[in-house]
This record gives sequence, C-alpha cells and structure tokens, in this order.
Amino acid sequence: MTSELIAVRGLRISFASDAGIARVLDGVDLTINRGEIMGLIGESGCGKTTLARAILGILPRNASRIDGGDIRFEGRALLDLDEATLAAEIRGRRIAYIPQDPFTAFNPVFTIGTQIADLMRFKSPLLREGGLSARERRRADHARVIDLLRQVQLPDPEGVLRKYPHEVSGGQRQRLMIAMALLPEPRLVIADEPTTALDVTVQAQILKLLKTLARDRGVAVLFTTHDLGTAYEICDRITVMYAGQEAEEAPVASFFDRPSHPYTRKLLDSLPSSENGIRGIPGEIPRLVDPPPGCRFHPRCDRASEVCRSSRPPSTPVAEAHTVRCHHPLGDVT
Amino acid sequence: MLRILRKLAEDRAALLGLLLIVALVIAAILAPLLSTHPADVAEFHTARRLTGPNPENWLGTDRMGSDIYSRLLFGARITITIAVTAITVAVIIGVPIGLVAGYYEGLGSDLLMRLSDIFLAVPQIVLAIAIAQTLGPSIENVILALSATYWPFWARLVFAETRSMKNEPFVEAAIALGCSPWRVMVLHILPSISSSIIVRTTIGMGGTILTAATLGFLGLGPPPPTPEWGRTIAESREFLPMAWWYAAFPGLAIFLVVMGFNLLGDGLRDVLDPRLRRAARHDK
Amino acid sequence: MKTLVLMLNRLVWFAPTLLGLLAIVFFISHVIPADPAAFVAGENATPETIAAIRARLGLDQPLHVQFWRYLESIVQGEMGRSIYTGRPVAEDLMSRLPATLELTLVTVVFATLLGVPLGVVAALRRNSWLDHALRVITIAGLAIASFWFAILLQLTFSMRLGITPLHGRIEGWGPEQITGFYIVDALILQDMEILLDALRHLILPVITLAVPATATIVRFTRAGVLNALQSNYVLYETAMGYPRRLVIWKYVLRNALIGTVTQIGLIFGILLAGAVVVEAVFDWPGLGTFAVNSILSSDYNAVMGFTVIVGAMFIVVNLVVDILHGMIDPRETR
Repeated sequence: MTSELIAVRGLRISFASDAGIARVLDGVDLTINRGEIMGLIGESGCGKTTLARAILGILPRNASRIDGGDIRFEGRALLDLDEATLAAEIRGRRIAYIPQDPFTAFNPVFTIGTQIADLMRFKSPLLREGGLSARERRRADHARVIDLLRQVQLPDPEGVLRKYPHEVSGGQRQRLMIAMALLPEPRLVIADEPTTALDVTVQAQILKLLKTLARDRGVAVLFTTHDLGTAYEICDRITVMYAGQEAEEAPVASFFDRPSHPYTRKLLDSLPSSENGIRGIPGEIPRLVDPPPGCRFHPRCDRASEVCRSSRPPSTPVAEAHTVRCHHPLGDVT
Repeated sequence: MLRILRKLAEDRAALLGLLLIVALVIAAILAPLLSTHPADVAEFHTARRLTGPNPENWLGTDRMGSDIYSRLLFGARITITIAVTAITVAVIIGVPIGLVAGYYEGLGSDLLMRLSDIFLAVPQIVLAIAIAQTLGPSIENVILALSATYWPFWARLVFAETRSMKNEPFVEAAIALGCSPWRVMVLHILPSISSSIIVRTTIGMGGTILTAATLGFLGLGPPPPTPEWGRTIAESREFLPMAWWYAAFPGLAIFLVVMGFNLLGDGLRDVLDPRLRRAARHDK
Repeated sequence: MKTLVLMLNRLVWFAPTLLGLLAIVFFISHVIPADPAAFVAGENATPETIAAIRARLGLDQPLHVQFWRYLESIVQGEMGRSIYTGRPVAEDLMSRLPATLELTLVTVVFATLLGVPLGVVAALRRNSWLDHALRVITIAGLAIASFWFAILLQLTFSMRLGITPLHGRIEGWGPEQITGFYIVDALILQDMEILLDALRHLILPVITLAVPATATIVRFTRAGVLNALQSNYVLYETAMGYPRRLVIWKYVLRNALIGTVTQIGLIFGILLAGAVVVEAVFDWPGLGTFAVNSILSSDYNAVMGFTVIVGAMFIVVNLVVDILHGMIDPRETR
C-alpha cells in the first residue's frame, strides 16, 4: 500500500534485568498509515512504551538489545541507521515525541523559550527550504512558534516563553509538548500515554486538541494508552498488545463491534458497566523472563487448546483490515 | 544479609577495603605478637637512632632508636580505640536525636536540628582543635572532642530519613494500628534506615581517623611516648630529608586504613542504597 | 525582587547560626575548663595574676552575665591578647587573613577547573577504565592525610629535587601591601618577578589542598551528571533529536553544576580545615600557621579567636553559596 507510513515487522527486543533476560518484545508487527491515529493498547508492562522508544531509537543502549526484526519508515530501515543520522534526520524532524509526564520532561533550569528556540535551531522546517538568512529564519520561526502556541490554546504565548517550566501548570505544559511535537512538521507523532499524568478534566481537552491538530496537518499519531475509552474517542485504528506481542489489529469500529481475540474480549468486559460492575481478568501477567510458550495469553485463556501451548498463532484476517493472532478467535466455531 | 555480602564480594574495591580494615584489626589485637620489638613503645636505644629500614628494624628507627614497625602496630590500637569509641558515642548521641526530631514535628525538633546545623556550620577539625586544646592532650579528650563534633552528621541523616519514612505506608499503618511512638521508631523506622546509618558510619570512621591523626600531628593527641601515628609524623619533621622512612610509614598506615573505610563505605553505599541500586543495574 | 526576598530569608538564619557558634565557643572556653583564668593566664602565671585575671574577666559573675559580656567584646572586635605575639588577637588574625584567603581561593579555582571536566568525563564514560581509575583516585584523595602529603611533597620537590621553595609565601619581604593578596598586588604593581615568585610558592600548598577538594568536586559532578543523564528531560531531548553535544554541554551540565555550586561551601570548609595543617607544614603566614603556633604555645585566646573567625567565615561562605544557588536555580523560590 502506498499510504503505509511505518511498518514494524517481527520486532524482538530483550532487556537485561536482575532476574535474567526479559523478552519485552517478541515478534511484534505494527503498521501505521499516513495521517492515521493508531492506538496502541495494553496493560502496563506489555511493551507499548518499549515499542514507542524502539521506533525513536532511544532505548537504553547498555541494558537493552534488539534481537531481530525490522522498522521501515518512509522506506528507510530505521534499525540500520546510525545514531547521528537518527538524531539529525529522523527524531524531531520526521518523528516527534510527546512524553508521558510533562512535569519532568522539561528541563527545569532553562526557560521554555530557550528550549523551544533550541528545538527550532535544529528542527525548524524552514531549514529544509533554505534561501533565508539565519536572522530571517529566526524571525519567521518565532512567528510560527507564537502561532502554534495560540493554536494549542495557551493564553499569552509570549509570556509563556519567558517562564520556567515549574511556573506553568501541568495541562499547559502538555499543550506546550504538543506544540513542540508539531513545530518541526513531522509525519509521525509518538504520544506515549500523554495524558495519564494529568487531571481527568484536563485529559479530554488535551486529547481533543491533539486529534484536531493532527488531522488538520495530516500527521499520523501512535498513541499508547491503557484506557479503552480514550482510544475509542480519538483513534482510527487500534492495536492490542499482550505481554510483548500484538494480539489484534482493527479499525476502531470493527474493534469494538466484533472483538476477536479472547484477551480483547476480556479487556472490553473489564470496563465497568451498570450491568456487570467491575470485572477483572483472572490470572496474572506472565513474567517476561520466562514467558509461556506459544500464545503468551494461553494460561489465562478459557479457549486455550494444545496448539496454543506450542505455537504462536499467525496473523489471520477476520474482517476488512481487521486481523487477529489467535488459534480460536471469537465468532469462530472451531 | 547473605545477598549483601555476595554483592559486596563482587566489588573488588570494597573487598580490598574490607581486607585493609581486617588487617588493621589484626595488627591492633596481635600487636605484641606481630611486633619485632614490643618493648620499643616505651624503651629507646640511642645507639640505633634514625637508622633506615634494615633486617633488624624493618621500617627503620625513630629519633629514640625505637623500632618504627613495632610502634606502628601499637599505634593501630590507639587509632582503633579512638575511632571506634568516638564514633560509637557520636552514633549514640546523633541517632536518637535525629529519630526523635524526625518523628515529632514542632519547636523542639526545629531547635535540635538548628543546633546540629550550627555544629555542622564549622569545620569539624576546627571545633575539635578548640575542644582538645581546652581539655588538654590525652586519648580521652581526643575521643570527647571527636564525638562532640561528629554527632550532628548522624542526627541530620537520621532526621531526614525519618521524616521521609513517616510518610511510608507501613509506618502510617503502624501508627494507625496504635503502636506506641517508641515502638514505631525503634521497630519500624530504625531497621528501615539502618543501611544509611551503616554507610554513614563506615565513611565516618575514615574521617574520624584522619581528624584524630591531625589532632595528633598538632600535638593535641595522646602525649608521648604513645606511638600515635599523627604525632610520629610531627616528630619526624626535624629529621627530614634524611630520615624519610620516619615520616613515610606512619602516613602510609593512616592512608591505608582510611582508604579501607572509604572503599568499603563506597561499596556498601552501592549495595545498600536503593536509590543508587536502581541506577547501577543499567551497567550490567 | 525575588533575589532580595531570598537574601533576606537567608540572612534571617545568619544571626542565630553565628550566635550559636559563639555560644559553643563560649561553652568550650568558659564552661568546660575547671579554671578558665588559669588558661587565659598561661602556664607560668602566679596565683596573684590568675586571681587578677579572674576578677578582670568577670569569671566570678553568673554564666549568662559572662556570656553577654563575651558577646559584647566579640562585637567590638575584642578577642583578648595573644601571649605568643603580645598583640590583640583580632589584629593578628586580620593581618593573616589575606594569606589564607589567597591560598584557599587559588585552590578552589584550581580544583574546580580540574574537577568539573574530570567529573563530566567520568560520568559520560561510566564504567570505563577511566571512570574506575578516577573512582579509586578520588577515594584515595579523600583518604590521604594532608599534613603527610604536604611533607612528602616537600621532601621530594623541595628537599631532594630543589625545584620548588621549601616554605613561606615569597622570598624576602614581598610586595608593598595593597590588598594583601600577593598575586593581585604584584599585578597592580606590574612586578613580574614577584608574581612568579608568589606563584612558585603557591604550587605545593595548592596541590596539597587541592587533592581532597578536587576529589570532592569530581565525585559530585559525576553524580550530578549521571543523575541528569538518567532524567526524563534528557530522554525527551534525545527523543526530539536535540544534538548530543547540546544536550550534554548545555542542558545536562547546567543542571549538574547547580548541585556542584552548593558543594563549594563544603569544599571551602575542607580547605579551611586543611589549611590549618598545610599552612603549618609550609610555614605559610596565614591563619592556620597562627593557630598551630598558638596551640603549641598554649595561647588560649588566640585559639578561641581562630575558631570564631574560621567558623564565622564558613557561615558567611555558606550564606553566599546559598544565595548564589537561589539565584542560579530557577526552581528555588523560598
């Protein structure tokens, strides 16, 4: 497909820990098309942050190892690029990042203006065009910054630039983070649980803002969350991850209408409702140092059979653009 | 406990430190057996004065002709006595003050901490000099001067740790369950902060030995003929550059012992301090 | 305005701390000794002299009256007479202050210029052979008795090799007293010969004092840089493709140095304490030599005066460092 922006194939990553080697990602596939908002859903520890960081190439070098797989972004194999190229040409240029915790992601001892100015010095889209003197470019960039700060609905943009991070509220900081992610006009924004650190009342506004701005600019977003409700509101498609593997991938409507993976089903059932109250998923998240063989969900799955214990299910289409990795998907009689 | 020892054993530097400390303790305990001239602590042989290292006097002799090696071994006893007693007293004063001031909030706690801040506001050696000078040169007075100047380190540390421990769920739970303050402090808080105290104490030993040696060098330590290491170096000065061994070996002894405590303290901190442990894991 | 509030805030604590110091010194000098008058009079005094001194000092008065009198005399700059020099202690101390300050300030500059880059390099090359070597060297630096190291340096470079002066601050009389700092005075007088001679005399004492100071700075800088490197803002800056150089030498270093600045107070304390014995070994005509001579001659007033002066200097330095820290760390708003 020509609209494919990034394709992760068979990505395997392990971490060294006190308990041994943890296989945090084990053969993950993920595709994001241009301009699409992809929700990456899973419990904490399922590997969604690791996947997000692997795409950016910012995993801790001495503790993690890439064991295999491939990340293709705009036709380039990201895993083959060296650190300098990644830093100069990919990060902050083509792929931007919105962190989980806007409280600590700003450097505490520089003004917000300094940090944005440094970003623009190296990542301004105007750098690509050329023909402008450094001074003209700075002036044009400044105007763009102010304009975008207005669009993320920050009152008094000029004043905010002179402030230190601790002087603005958490919601405002996350608005700044969104603005900073969009300033370089990237093709993909990775938003790693961007609202979990914020008050519930602020969360909705920030998400709506992110969605609108990304749509207007045709920017694709990889949005990780453990909250199905949020995903439903802003995503075009959803990928569910379980214990370092993707389980199901579907357009948002199809995902909620006919969840096919038993894990997805249980995830949806665990949403509190007036009929069911609160229901958990029995069993425990597997230890990644010593994961179950085959389908990693089988110890908690009531549909599990012998084949589930021995081999990982292939990716099987169940509907239009909807695939599932399960030997016994729901709605399937066998 | 075993886990800590095993981790420590992996750290060669800390192991070396432990070895140096063990060597010091053995030297002190077995000084009469290990020394070649045990009587030389008090005796002198003017005929042999200021001879360089030789088969008879391994590390040479001093201005009185006494064997430096033997005197160093007996000096280890003084060093250990001073450091262990002074630190014990400092811990006994400092820890309860920090614990109580950290547990109760109020004017009394503030005053206690202000007091320790004032002690910390002056370099330890300077206060120790003033106290030792007032009391006169003796081993007891050195101990007194050191414990009087070093206790605030433990008070400060224990105060800070206790304050943060008070917000830990298990401490809040113990308080809510109606445990007496004394019980909470001694049975719940103290065990949880003991590793910080151990680290501080290990490093404190090194500092105390250095300060004690400095007092000895300044003539404020135990009087002659005590074979105190700092005083020996002071004595040697008028015989330089000829009698280099006279100054070199006592200083080397101080260095090795303090190094031992510092290495061990550094290693212990890596093993015991959970905040640093998290960071250290990324190295493997 | 913020700075002013901060300064006032710190100054409020200055007075009680100084008062506390005086109370401690008063306790040591007036309460601990069985007969303070005998101490003040010295070893060879007759009973009549002692009685006269007791009356003159008001030692027959209640303690709080004595303390008040003691405070009054200190405020008036009256610290009694030295039996060693026969001059007022305050005068002696003041005339020796520049020598000690010159020595310690040169050492602080030297130790900072050496220690900060080494600390940064150790953190960046964490667990390299260089880092391990620096760890052992800094621990050793803090374990060495400075009086012993001073003697070894003297023995090697002055006595055996004859390339540095054995002791003193200058050959002959030294420059005309303008500031009392020989380096500054030589520069004002544009006297190269005196300048070089003063520098030559500084070499060994500065090296001796700089060993523990540099070790402390290296360790704190290393810890500060490591702390910053593991922070969320460095992760964010990396994810957004800020150049590595910029991240380390601008963003990380500023954060780390704020911590190091606060340690300068501590380092200054190490230096003042170290100066006592180092000055004595090198016969440096400063406060340290004065204190040691006073101890040797049981010059009681002089020792107490020295304690007050050094304690007060230390408190002032900490006050300045505190204010400085408040000014360079934007988070500090108390």
